[in-house]
Amino acid sequence: MKRLRMNQAISLAIAEEMERDERIFLMGEDVAEAEGTFKTSEGLLARFGPSRVRDTPISEMGFLGAAVGAAVSGMRPIVEIMFIEFLGVALDQLVTEAALMRYLSGGALHAPLTVRGSAGAGLGFGCQHSQTLERWLVGTPGLKVVVPSGARSAYGLTKAAIRDDDPVVVLEPRALYGRREAFDADPDAVIPIGVGEVLGQGDDVTIVALGQTVETARSAAADASWAADVVDLRTIQPWDHELVAESVEKTGRLVTVEENQFTGGWGAEIVSSIVSACFVSLKCPPMRLTAPDVPVPYGELERQYLPSADYVRTQVDVFVKTDTVPSAWWEELS
Amino acid sequence: MTVASETNEALRRRAALQESRLELFRRMVEIRLVEDRIIELFGEGLIPGSTHTCQGQEAVSVAVAAVLRPTDTVACTYRGHGMALALGVTREALLGEIFGRKIGCMGGLGGSMHLSDPTVGLLPTFAIVGAGVPIGVGAALAAQLQGTEDVSVSVFGDGATNIGGFHEGLNLAAVWSLPVVFLCENNLYGEYSPIARTTPVTDLAVRAASYQMRSEVVDGQDVDALIDAIAAAVARARDGGGPTLVEAKTYRYAGHSRSDKATYRPEGELERWLQRDPITLFKTKLVDEGVDGSALEAVWEECRLQLEQSIEAVLASPLAEPSDMLANVTAGRI
Ligand SMILES: Cc1ncc(C[n+]2csc(CCOP(=O)(O)OP(=O)(O)O)c2C)c(N)n1
Ligand SMILES: [Mg+2]
Repeated sequence: MKRLRMNQAISLAIAEEMERDERIFLMGEDVAEAEGTFKTSEGLLARFGPSRVRDTPISEMGFLGAAVGAAVSGMRPIVEIMFIEFLGVALDQLVTEAALMRYLSGGALHAPLTVRGSAGAGLGFGCQHSQTLERWLVGTPGLKVVVPSGARSAYGLTKAAIRDDDPVVVLEPRALYGRREAFDADPDAVIPIGVGEVLGQGDDVTIVALGQTVETARSAAADASWAADVVDLRTIQPWDHELVAESVEKTGRLVTVEENQFTGGWGAEIVSSIVSACFVSLKCPPMRLTAPDVPVPYGELERQYLPSADYVRTQVDVFVKTDTVPSAWWEELS
Repeated sequence: MTVASETNEALRRRAALQESRLELFRRMVEIRLVEDRIIELFGEGLIPGSTHTCQGQEAVSVAVAAVLRPTDTVACTYRGHGMALALGVTREALLGEIFGRKIGCMGGLGGSMHLSDPTVGLLPTFAIVGAGVPIGVGAALAAQLQGTEDVSVSVFGDGATNIGGFHEGLNLAAVWSLPVVFLCENNLYGEYSPIARTTPVTDLAVRAASYQMRSEVVDGQDVDALIDAIAAAVARARDGGGPTLVEAKTYRYAGHSRSDKATYRPEGELERWLQRDPITLFKTKLVDEGVDGSALEAVWEECRLQLEQSIEAVLASPLAEPSDMLANVTAGRI
């Protein structure tokens, strides 16, 4: 067992994979000498040298594009986008190029590329450095998207992303980098892409969470009057339909806890699929707990913006008792 | 840009700065003190998130403010406290934003990286590297289309000259002969990377040549040299002579952001730059011109006192509240 911070778990996963496969290299802004703005490449430059651990200029389009080119030419690049927002200036290279390499070449090429970026709110960085942005990506055929919820899943998902033969985006909740978790760091403890995990069992409701809302959902469930299956989805594209459906068949109630804004959130996809697949098992309409449809605010208000454990508990209390969906906090305001 | 109010405090402060050389000196001192105090306040854990301060670069900000009209536009970066204060933004609006108060530039919803005041020409400061370059070009395009004599100034760092938006913006401005000045604050580092590690040229001004654009390298610690260079570029732009790239050689005394201890700097580098402190250099000049040295010394104490009063006023003022989140997303409320 190792007790690591999430950023250490990521560094370790990358190091072990780089050791295993010489085609893997890492590049990004300040990933080498400085070992990453969030210390997610600790010790890598010293261990693997400047050819495989590369600092880049502030040129996201350039180095992400270069990674796509290297990936179709026999390498297995890992690109760090320091804040996932910075993908904005490079989006073409990921969604319109990398994601389509296999398709565009009639299957002759593929792009084994890992794009890692810090995502989400909680650190008070304001509206241009606090978004999750999975919505930019999940509707893109050819891309896979995973989101760790702590050190253990970061370790296993990072490895899976690196070993995958198609482009995978790892959205690392930046508020969790410093959080420690004890886990078994078996070098082959890969968490398969597309497989979720049930943490805590209960018959009253299925709560599906992702990234930092996993902890939120678990603490909400911990002192609640109801008992929940808390599902850590781990991958949102392709997500574990079977696992969620199986749980909902048992509980008859579905809740998603999402960090993103309501409109277009990943939970909408879960709800629509599960309603279609499990309609007769549902006792009531599903409920989505999200942030309001506004930019991420700064300071104290950020805590209000994010669904908190107290908020989740209160909303699920009403939901389970009444089998109806209570209004969201912001609907009470306007 | 249109001026909303003639009696506004920011406009008054802008006019004051343009009144005399003593006022120019006073504003540089104010910026230095505000920045030092912000770092302290963050250190005391009173402020969430991050901040990017500009100690050592004050001359650039006040030179821009000394030259421009309030109807001209400035697009600058997250390292924007100095530029905001120089252009006229009040200490209360700046500190209020950082403390999440309603009196902040953005009503306390944005934090340190998000300042603005259209009445003195300050567009929202851009937290994405390079974003302000093409937007500054667009402000100049509007001025050209509207037939005003307004000019726009895009201010950005050395690292930003490696991003696509910089090159696309310069090319557009040149090919359309737009009234824009590109002002690069070359402080030798992009985050933790020395410019030499990410960029093949030392004088970034040479990058103008590929767009057939005029350029000038200027001592960024010398207010008068900066004023001359910026004034010449602005005058040319106003007269229909097209864009200029001005590179100011300067230095940031603090780390990139508040968490950065700047251990990557070679020994003695900071000390060498401190020998050419822009405030001290200007003070020496003013004394040579016959200004009473003790009056200049007194400015520090006066500014310190005013700053503490501003902080007190800000801390006594109301915090942003949850319903504030719902405003200004689009017209009306959501
Ligand atoms: C597109 C983009 N990439 C990366 C960043 C992260 N980042 C913020 S500031 C910075 C360094 C910028 O350096 P420079 O342009 O020299 O400006 P300075 O900070 O020195 O004023 C970086 C890499 C960002 N905000 N946006
Ligand atoms: Mg710089």
